[in-house]
Amino acid sequence: MDAIRIENLTKQYKDVVAVDHLSLTVGQGELFSLLGVNGAGKTTTIKMLSCLTKPTSGEAYLNGKSIQAESAAVKSMVAVSPQETAVAPGLTVLENLELICGVYGLPKEVRKDRIRRMTELLDLGSVAGKKAGKLSGGWQRRLSIAMALISHPEILFLDEPTLGLDVIARSELWDLIRSLKGKTTILMTTHYMEEAEALSDRVAIMKDGRLLICDTPAGIKDAAGKDSFGDAFIHMVKEGGTL
Amino acid sequence: MRMLTFAGRNTKELLRDPLTLAFGLGFPLVLLFLLSAIQANVPVPLFEIDHLIPGIAVFGLSFMTLFSATLIAKDRGSSLLRRLYTTPLTSLDFILGYTLPILPLAVAQTTICYLAALCLGLEWTVNILYAVLFILPVSLLYIAIGLLCGSILTDKQVGGICGGLLTNLAAWLSGTWFDLELVGGVFRKIAYSLPFVHAVDLERGVLAGNFSEALPHLWWVLGYAVVFLAAAVGLFLRQMKRQ
Repeated sequence: MDAIRIENLTKQYKDVVAVDHLSLTVGQGELFSLLGVNGAGKTTTIKMLSCLTKPTSGEAYLNGKSIQAESAAVKSMVAVSPQETAVAPGLTVLENLELICGVYGLPKEVRKDRIRRMTELLDLGSVAGKKAGKLSGGWQRRLSIAMALISHPEILFLDEPTLGLDVIARSELWDLIRSLKGKTTILMTTHYMEEAEALSDRVAIMKDGRLLICDTPAGIKDAAGKDSFGDAFIHMVKEGGTL
Repeated sequence: MRMLTFAGRNTKELLRDPLTLAFGLGFPLVLLFLLSAIQANVPVPLFEIDHLIPGIAVFGLSFMTLFSATLIAKDRGSSLLRRLYTTPLTSLDFILGYTLPILPLAVAQTTICYLAALCLGLEWTVNILYAVLFILPVSLLYIAIGLLCGSILTDKQVGGICGGLLTNLAAWLSGTWFDLELVGGVFRKIAYSLPFVHAVDLERGVLAGNFSEALPHLWWVLGYAVVFLAAAVGLFLRQMKRQ
């Protein structure tokens, strides 16, 4: 069974079609990237898949569950790390992690273990007792990702996860994302071409809500006849791509 | 359980804001002592302690409106709420999670006000306990107004409208600072068609032990609380769907 199956998914806001009859599939444990210039429909797609926004038409299934008819089941298996850091500013790092464990209904003994492991994994130990609102942007981003991972989601949505991070923090986050490959299905959006090429099993390029191409990074370079993935992306977006 | 986790987070956010404690607990007490000092020098029946304290207790609740509205408006302006919308938390969890943490604060505030009034010469009777008990439906009314404002206003607008306008309007129309009978006319009619004066009359009746006189005011308060709560739930759900 595909982890994500999207069938003609469309979202229209008045006169603007944000996502236009999008159809694609993402396999179990695959790291799949959605690329596109601003307004391409990447974030709207994630919002629909995470049940934050209802589609105007079309359907999507996450591990076989409909995002419209079975939203509660979908919500229990996904986690989202939004574009902006989404943390509770008045709570400490540990309390933020406890909050997410609580809203996913994890038993107390499981919570303790998960918080310990997540604190180690993202190296949050040194700031564990500090209020999230007092942390730097990089630390807040780490915490935000930890909050997305702590529920052990079957499907993880990462909306521009390395936005605003310095080179070292980005490299560390790449390592973390790589370590999840094969275990968790990840749908990621990014504006960094080298990030998409380095991490993704497959990439979909969107423009004006429509899918231009969906292939491996190497396949996209071949299709565009370019040596670099960045050039291939620019070619696809300017030329309209091939499906 | 999930709702309690969310409510716990909201309690922490509220109690860790020093302005909450300073205004919520301090300001009504300052007014109580100030008006009692005036009463000591220039006796006015309106400011006799058994007549004044119910009005001060109700006035203090307008800060509960401010707190609940600010908390929701701030959450709406951040990505945290968007993240929480993608978790298994239901609409009811959100509404109760925002409402329940304020109730103990309201009761604590009222208790402190009555304790201060005892120090200022209020005669101890068991009716004081009933007055604290009857503050619960009044609190629900003020929290509902907060939920309503927080669902439609930004946190800056909340500061102006709930912190400035509503606090003053609710006080003027409650008959705490001046006798509505003295103003009379349209002003009195408007005041008695709104819930604020009924909330104060309810507390005054209960404190005086005149329960049969107090009860009709309770229906006004509960009626408005239900209407505001229904409107708040509707508007909160609407903005939730708009995400």
